[in-house]
Amino acid sequence: MARRFQRPTEDSRSTRALLIGLTLGFIGLFLLLPLVVVFSAALQEGWVGAWSALAEPDAVSAIELTLLVAAIAVPLNVVFGVSAAWAVAKFDFRGKNLLVSLIDLPFSVSPVIAGLIYVLIFGMQGWLGPTLRDYDIKIIFALPGLVLATLFVTFPFVARELIPLMVDQGRGEEEAAVSLGASGFSTFLRVTLPNIKWGLLYGVLLCNARAMGEFGAVSVVSGHIRGLTNTMPLHVEVLYNDYQYVGAFAVASLLALLALVTLTLKTFLEWRFADEIAAVHRH
Amino acid sequence: MSLVVDSLVKRFGNFPALKGVSLTIPQGAFVALLGPSGSGKTTLLRILGGLEYPDDGSVRFADLNWLAVPARERRAGFVFQHYALFKHLTVAQNIGFGLSVRPRRERPSRGEILRRVEDLLALVQLDGLGKRYPSQLSGGQRQRVALARALAIEPRMLLLDEPFGALDAKVRKELRGWLRALHERLGLTSVFVTHDQEEAFALADLVAVMNGGRLEQYDTPEVLKRSPQSAFVADFLGLAPPPRAVESAQPVLPLRMRA
Repeated sequence: MARRFQRPTEDSRSTRALLIGLTLGFIGLFLLLPLVVVFSAALQEGWVGAWSALAEPDAVSAIELTLLVAAIAVPLNVVFGVSAAWAVAKFDFRGKNLLVSLIDLPFSVSPVIAGLIYVLIFGMQGWLGPTLRDYDIKIIFALPGLVLATLFVTFPFVARELIPLMVDQGRGEEEAAVSLGASGFSTFLRVTLPNIKWGLLYGVLLCNARAMGEFGAVSVVSGHIRGLTNTMPLHVEVLYNDYQYVGAFAVASLLALLALVTLTLKTFLEWRFADEIAAVHRH
Repeated sequence: MSLVVDSLVKRFGNFPALKGVSLTIPQGAFVALLGPSGSGKTTLLRILGGLEYPDDGSVRFADLNWLAVPARERRAGFVFQHYALFKHLTVAQNIGFGLSVRPRRERPSRGEILRRVEDLLALVQLDGLGKRYPSQLSGGQRQRVALARALAIEPRMLLLDEPFGALDAKVRKELRGWLRALHERLGLTSVFVTHDQEEAFALADLVAVMNGGRLEQYDTPEVLKRSPQSAFVADFLGLAPPPRAVESAQPVLPLRMRA
């Protein structure tokens, strides 16, 4: 009978069992169980109850507002992210490292502060408040504020996906395109974009998930006006505080569902385009 | 239509890549820029292609102030060291790229582009491989696609950066003879960068030996071999008498590395 040797990096059976058990236990307790609770609480009065909670005008308006904010914030961040990644990867300039660190800033700043910044700038008592009031422009407690706060917190997603990818790809193909007579724009469209499209899609996905799910920053600038400035996460809180559990959990389920769809798409992209996404390793 | 390079100076930060290089490349000549790494040869080639700009000096081509012509308008066929083929495009699309990005009124019709691509595929002996992707080709084949892509734009000159650098010795020898024959057939002014003196001597009409940002000597291979002008040239070409054998128990290490 062949004797089984233990590999040098292999731990004893009990250590393995402990580690795997700990991980599974943690995931079950902190991730799966809440997910089950959210869905079961939403359905405690049946599908009809959950559906009527979602069809309620305030809920519909929250869903619409969330989609609208994401529809504005995500494309803007795509433009910003591609420009920033392009600048960092393809040009040399002073302060490049500083720029890269600044792009990461929203990750290290509390979202509440992000919201507060805009209140301090655009709010009634803020810096530009009086001027804006004179021109009758509403930013805080209105859609522009929600978009600004969302932009701030989702700022790094696209850029951070693309920078390592584009740095890794270098400038060779762009130089080739230019030497073959391509203009800057057609170089971007025909060479750069095809090379980054999967990384870009991946970044957009993460950016979108965060844009729709953001609570803290949006909460500060929203003013919680039902049916007007409440996004889905804010609506969940309002309903919950009103003891409308079915409604709160129904909207929460919708958000959770969105997260699951994002996760599925993300996993699919990772599986299908592993090589291209390999440059991205921080999420 | 000769290419006249005059006193080119280029720094990268604190590193002087070119310290005043002047040379004239006659029309139709095949010129090698030969030197160790860091000698400035690639920088010079990239300046000719419009991919770098010198800090000082001038380049004239025919009657043109060559430095004032943007890279995309130079029609200098540039072959990159690692080919820089467009990975997401087929071989045929790679070769046709330069034609398909022309402004609409100068752009050949789709059929005309296809026909020219076929001709070029035949020229570089890759008939039938137009539908493949670069990743499906061998190194030597990629090299020839890169060359065909550069030739497609009807270049005014051909600039090759270490054209055989990434190939194994056997393919390198084959392609060398083929490239020389192609040069004779097309008559294009061609400049290539190499650190391999054997390659430079086998291919070029004129060899510019560079060292530390300066041009050491610019002559035909015969003259260079017969009368090197400086100790560096003699040494780099392996013409110097071998260093006196050191008698010691230590193994004798080569004095310089030639990649």
